[in-house]
Amino acid sequence: MKHLGIEQNRPRIAVFDFTGCEGCELQLANKEGSLGAFLSAIEVVNFREVSSDRGDDYDVALIDGAISRPDEVARLKEIREQAKMLVAMGSCACFGGINRLKNAYDLDEANREVYGDYSKETMPTKAVGEVVTVDLQIPGCPVTKDEIERVVQHLVWDLPLPSYAYPVCLECKQRYTVCRFDVGELCLGPITRAGCNAPCPAGGLGCWGCRGPAEIPNYGEFFALAREKGFADQEINERLGFFGGFEDVLSMTASRESTHEDQP
Amino acid sequence: MKINLNVDVHHLTRVEGHGNIKVRVTNGKLTEARWDVVETPRFFEVMLKGKHYTTAGILTARICGICSIGHCLASVRATENAFGIVIPEAGAKLRLLAKHGETLQSHVLHLFFLAAPDFLGLPSAIPLKDLKPDAFALAARLKGLANRICDVVAGRTTHPVSIQVGGMARMPDKYLLLELKSQLETAIDDLSATVELFGTFEIPDFVRETEFVSLKGERSYPFIGGRMISTDGAEHAESDYRAMTNEYVTEDNTPKWCKLSRESFAVGALARLNNNYHRLHPKAKAVAVQFSLAPVCHNPLMNNVAQLVECVHVAYDSIRIIDELVDGGGGETMAPVTPRAGQGVGAVEVPRGILYHDYEYDDQGRIVRANCVIPTTQNNANIHHDLPALVRQFTVPGMTDEKLELLCSMLVRAYDPCVSCSVH
Repeated sequence: MKHLGIEQNRPRIAVFDFTGCEGCELQLANKEGSLGAFLSAIEVVNFREVSSDRGDDYDVALIDGAISRPDEVARLKEIREQAKMLVAMGSCACFGGINRLKNAYDLDEANREVYGDYSKETMPTKAVGEVVTVDLQIPGCPVTKDEIERVVQHLVWDLPLPSYAYPVCLECKQRYTVCRFDVGELCLGPITRAGCNAPCPAGGLGCWGCRGPAEIPNYGEFFALAREKGFADQEINERLGFFGGFEDVLSMTASRESTHEDQP
Repeated sequence: MKINLNVDVHHLTRVEGHGNIKVRVTNGKLTEARWDVVETPRFFEVMLKGKHYTTAGILTARICGICSIGHCLASVRATENAFGIVIPEAGAKLRLLAKHGETLQSHVLHLFFLAAPDFLGLPSAIPLKDLKPDAFALAARLKGLANRICDVVAGRTTHPVSIQVGGMARMPDKYLLLELKSQLETAIDDLSATVELFGTFEIPDFVRETEFVSLKGERSYPFIGGRMISTDGAEHAESDYRAMTNEYVTEDNTPKWCKLSRESFAVGALARLNNNYHRLHPKAKAVAVQFSLAPVCHNPLMNNVAQLVECVHVAYDSIRIIDELVDGGGGETMAPVTPRAGQGVGAVEVPRGILYHDYEYDDQGRIVRANCVIPTTQNNANIHHDLPALVRQFTVPGMTDEKLELLCSMLVRAYDPCVSCSVH
């Protein structure tokens, strides 16, 4: 495909799904207005959910889902061998996502509860980056097609990748959305990485932090605000732990609390 | 007759999730025909334990990326039934409109992107953009509109935010609803073109008698809540869903299996249509007539046509809902919510069939026990029993491994299985 008379690089892309809802893969078929152009800019080499063509000569691997069974670890390592660029697509791939919530439970007991005598193979959920090296993370539950398109623009034209120094909070202000704190709700907008255009607060729900932390999140100010608005630490921590993107700050709060207790 | 056939599909393509087909015919005799689901289990029912009622719908939407609105609706309905909440009428109308958006989105995705390539001899719908640009543009327009409905009404196309316990968080702006209405009116023409396209497809003639289970439409074609019925005469209240599903665990598969009056039953568009044909919009019924689809149809591959019929139904019904919302001025969309200890069930007809969520709450509004029964979980046994019947019918001279693999794959795809859902 030529653009302005110049032959374009057409990235050879494969999409692979692991543990998850496959909602991120579905986003690839969204934004229908530019779907034709999107599909012409890339070469889909392997994408089981939409195509029976299965090639192994891909350069870019988009990984959807978390890793939660030993056979998935092996499959992911094989993909890493082949891919020149491996992209963790969505919160499950980037952080483990909601699948990580199961790690708080005894998995043998969980198996007995759901499957009785026929227990199924499982393991604690891991993010893709805990198993192989990840070249690029695109968080979100689900990812936005806009951001995927920008990655493709990067691959084709070497345009810069999106980077978000600011949090979701700013995008809310840009849309004139009423602050969820002002209607008495908890919101992770002040510390969550922007780039989603803040659809959740506009739809009547405070941010749940699916995109993980912004580049330089002001945790101190956030905790002060949330506590001042009357939210208990349990609720704040449950929210921070939901998509798995704030594991670091969770352990920070835990250690801070234990340090407090240690003090006389 | 010495016919030998061998089909071994590892991770079937163009379906959501991971499943395998295995068929072996030796000397004209069927020795093996299996549909096995190998998806990784996620343990949602365990993750739900201890969660606050405000979290349940957000968490369970993530069971499925395609029918997240349906999961959220079943979830909030189960909670509302547990707390004894009746949502305001405007909220109920908005929920049905969001449901219609999802039904259209999911059916169009399945019909064009997952099913149509088999009928056109293509590996995927991607080459359509060059081979049949009109059809590709048609699919993109319909899917775009469906996503727009979900976006406007539920707040996002995937993983909704406005569907909350008590009703809907907000009434969309009137101008946005009217914009949707005018796009829906255009979509009626697009759907006619789709009907024309699918009229050119040859749907394999395969019949295996089975039982069809769906919600019972008391006054309208059913989508959210109510009693359940089956073509074999079973009927139960929403709260008594276990009598309808009878889940059991098998050794080889990660999802559970279900049965009712026979060894298996089917849910989905065809089941809804078989049980509620007389409740369809007249324009939708006309499409069914055009395809000679009348109850009770026992060809599972006609589920594709049933989905198309439902697309027409939800397009017309969405226009009706928008008219009512705009004329009636909307009104309250949320009821006050007070948690209480108790148990509740929510049954919703999602694109692939009837879905149940069942929660038990403590008096703090936290979940003590949860159970979710997914449409594909209910269909898995039926697919498994269809396969040998299909293979026997098509074990004829001239049959090849490739042709049989295509037929078996088309059969499984016709159910539009949501495999990762079924292993939640």
